[in-house]
Amino acid sequence: MGHPTGPWTEKRLMVSPTTPAPAVTASIQSAAKPTLLSIRNVAKTFGRNAVLRNVSLEIAEGEFLTILGESGSGKTTLLRIVAGFETATSGELWMGDERLDRQPPYRRRVNTVFQSYALFPHLTVEQNVGYGLRVAKRPAAEIAQRVADALDKVKMTAHAKAKPSKISGGQQQRVALARALVNRPRLLLLDEPLSALDANLRRQMQVELKSLQREVGIAFVFVTHDQEEAMVMSDRIALLRSGELEQVATPREIYSRPATAYVAQFIGHTNLLKGDVRGGVVRGGSLSWATSLPDGPALFSLRPEHVRLAGTGGPPGLVRTRGRVLHQAFHGATELIRVECADDLVLVMRTASGGGALHEVDLEFSAADAVLVRESPERN
Amino acid sequence: MSEGATNLPRSRWLLVHAGAVFAFLYLPIAVLILYSFNGQGVGGFPPRNLTLDWYRILFADEPIWDAVLNSLQVAFAAMVIALALGVPAALALDRAQFPGKALFRRLVLLPLILPGIITGLSLLMLFNVTGTKLSLMTIVLGHGTALISVATTEVFAGLQKLDRRQEEASLDLGATYWQTFWRITVPNLKLSIIGAALLIFTLSMDEIAVSFFLIGRDNTLPLEIWGRLRRGITPEINAVSTIIFVFSLVTIVFWYRLRVRSEGGADVGMELLETSEGSAK
Amino acid sequence: MFSRAYKTAVAAPPLLWVSVFLLAPYLLMFCYSFWSVSSSRTIVHSWNLNNYEELLAKTVYWQTLLRSMWIAARVMLFSLLLGYPLAYFLSFYAGKRKDLLYQMVIVPLWVSYLVRAYAWKTILGSDGVLNTLLQYVHLTRHPLDFLLYSPFAVVLTLTHIYTPFTFLPIYAALEHVPRNLVEASHDLGATPVQTFWRVIFPLSIPGVVAGATFAFVLSLGDFLAPLLLGGPSGIMISNIVVSLFGAAYNWPLGAAISLGMLVIVVSLLFFSERLEKKWSFS
Repeated sequence: MGHPTGPWTEKRLMVSPTTPAPAVTASIQSAAKPTLLSIRNVAKTFGRNAVLRNVSLEIAEGEFLTILGESGSGKTTLLRIVAGFETATSGELWMGDERLDRQPPYRRRVNTVFQSYALFPHLTVEQNVGYGLRVAKRPAAEIAQRVADALDKVKMTAHAKAKPSKISGGQQQRVALARALVNRPRLLLLDEPLSALDANLRRQMQVELKSLQREVGIAFVFVTHDQEEAMVMSDRIALLRSGELEQVATPREIYSRPATAYVAQFIGHTNLLKGDVRGGVVRGGSLSWATSLPDGPALFSLRPEHVRLAGTGGPPGLVRTRGRVLHQAFHGATELIRVECADDLVLVMRTASGGGALHEVDLEFSAADAVLVRESPERN
Repeated sequence: MSEGATNLPRSRWLLVHAGAVFAFLYLPIAVLILYSFNGQGVGGFPPRNLTLDWYRILFADEPIWDAVLNSLQVAFAAMVIALALGVPAALALDRAQFPGKALFRRLVLLPLILPGIITGLSLLMLFNVTGTKLSLMTIVLGHGTALISVATTEVFAGLQKLDRRQEEASLDLGATYWQTFWRITVPNLKLSIIGAALLIFTLSMDEIAVSFFLIGRDNTLPLEIWGRLRRGITPEINAVSTIIFVFSLVTIVFWYRLRVRSEGGADVGMELLETSEGSAK
Repeated sequence: MFSRAYKTAVAAPPLLWVSVFLLAPYLLMFCYSFWSVSSSRTIVHSWNLNNYEELLAKTVYWQTLLRSMWIAARVMLFSLLLGYPLAYFLSFYAGKRKDLLYQMVIVPLWVSYLVRAYAWKTILGSDGVLNTLLQYVHLTRHPLDFLLYSPFAVVLTLTHIYTPFTFLPIYAALEHVPRNLVEASHDLGATPVQTFWRVIFPLSIPGVVAGATFAFVLSLGDFLAPLLLGGPSGIMISNIVVSLFGAAYNWPLGAAISLGMLVIVVSLLFFSERLEKKWSFS
């Protein structure tokens, strides 16, 4: 993500800022595999407070879908509706030709890994994992076998007889996973399962979780507020804002072609450029470049890594400006530099570290990297 | 909940006051125990001629033991009724919305703070109008009804501490509501339920204001004691009270150890008064 | 997450029971208070206001009610004076012994009410422990007879009985005072006394209100302590009710008085609830 120079030429070929159509790409994605769960026009209101409005989403067999959103965006509510703990105010859930939303939670072939795991404190690890099979009255031998397998899969065999309070957070996490997966659900829901872990363990679990998902081949719906986590793990990301889906797309798409200003800002850093199109030219403050957009106001997202220090010459189509450095933030391999240009325009650029302190700089970017995004109006 | 780790300067005045209050609280109990061994019977200072006579008289006193037996039966039956209705009532208050819920909550909790005479008399009128003959059964109904409040507050407090996700996880794993109730809800509420049961049992054993009006032919222990007290001072009452006190102490210690062992439970009385503050939130 | 069937299953039985055994009796009490007794000692189910007229007309009822409230008010005051500092001491000063001391406040609650009242009788009687002790150490020559069979004895006994009840909610409220607030107050230069009056006490007011309500309401309705220790001058309103339901056999009038008590109690509960809400900040 962080190359200041180089890949911009490729991008230019890829990006066509006039047609951000994420909905189309999303359906192409899921069309590759059969649909497992179809969420249709789901809305949820608590009193007068609309938590979800008209959410429609298809989850494909075997995919890793992340529902990403800030706290209060409705992501957990959506998950709880799928699990059956909340009833949608309107809308339907379909799993194949079965209407899911009319089923009580215990009849849904959907299992959940809870945020704080919700392991039963009065049962041992083994009994926790075997719980679903026991209430389903499976034969004892089968329970023992499947529990042992599940514990083995998450490397918790050694702690089978322990009570949940006696094992670490990471281990509890594994038990919660085993407890859900042992029932062979068709869909596994994970409600911020990593949020209680410290940073290192969290990164390790991200990798483990992803490879476990590939191994078992069950569709995962993963809820998180951490965009980095979403990018690392997901096949697709559904970005939720104030109860509405902003964009559903692969991590790469969502990053390089954000549909809205909100998406662009939520995923990574970006510069939002307000412009006015007139006669095939975008003008925004001191910047201007040619475009094929129709006349009218327009909003563009420009990633900091697409802004670079101006060299001499270069291909045509580069937009140039000059400004004073406000702040230089060191981020290891790269640094983020805030530059104040004319007309109160502040551009953030990402560049390789090691350039030393800068004062006055010339900047340039390719007009093609400025992706047209929709405004994100305030809701609620 | 707090650690008491704040650095406040010691206060002699508070210490003396606390000592005085404890003395006040324990003086009658000490007198009671002491004079149960007093050869002169009740009163007189200093106690003289220590004796076990009153205990001997007590053990030969059949009406008292009949009354004890009656009280035990009443307490047990009242406990069953109060739990059977108080646990669902707590669940309903915690998780169901229905018209009249606020009124229901107030009604259930009211006997907790209402002087017993009102509960007793209103039930007496009910039994009178319906032609129900007064007996131990009517006392059971009275105690059971009044003590639903105790079961409800205790279990409701327990439910507030129960992580709702426990039950969701159970449903999620395929357990029905019924299975979830027995496998998850009840084990998690174990302490609250045992605490409520002990409290209900003790309160019923000691209850007199409601029983006073609902008594039939058979006496409960407090009413038997009451009858004797009205007739005059009888030292064997000291003896039976001492025995009950020791019995209660054993129960408290048992309860306390149970609570400490399974950590995290709360003090019975405290829960009761905390959740019932003003009795009717 | 809970289905309609689940909610019905848990709500219906207690609702039904409470309607039959709590709501119906209260309504019945209401009805009774408008009926009367015939000369042949049967209840006449005709509706009239005679009972209420009698209550308003005869001063004995008012005097007794006022005396009962005055006794209850004293019990409440003394219970607070005993209970609050004790709760404060336990919560803030008792350190490791806190749990043990807490249990020690609870233990007397497990001794029968009746038996403790009776113990006070043996202490206060004219040949009781206190009088014989006073004579034994030659402080008095004759037994002090104002000790027993007086409002004093009733107040003392009820204070003894309701002090733990008052203590408990106050202690709970004090335990809920975040300790970092106390530290913050000290940090900002307040002395322990200032901290108590400006931070700790205001935050404990809901507990004080709850405790005071317990003491007042339960004392107000008591009839056993007055019968046992009160003598003629210690008669309380409930004693009148008891005699109306007993020897005097006038249930309707008794029901009217009980209903009046119920109204007083319920309005007190209502106000104390308002007060607690006003003073709770969480």
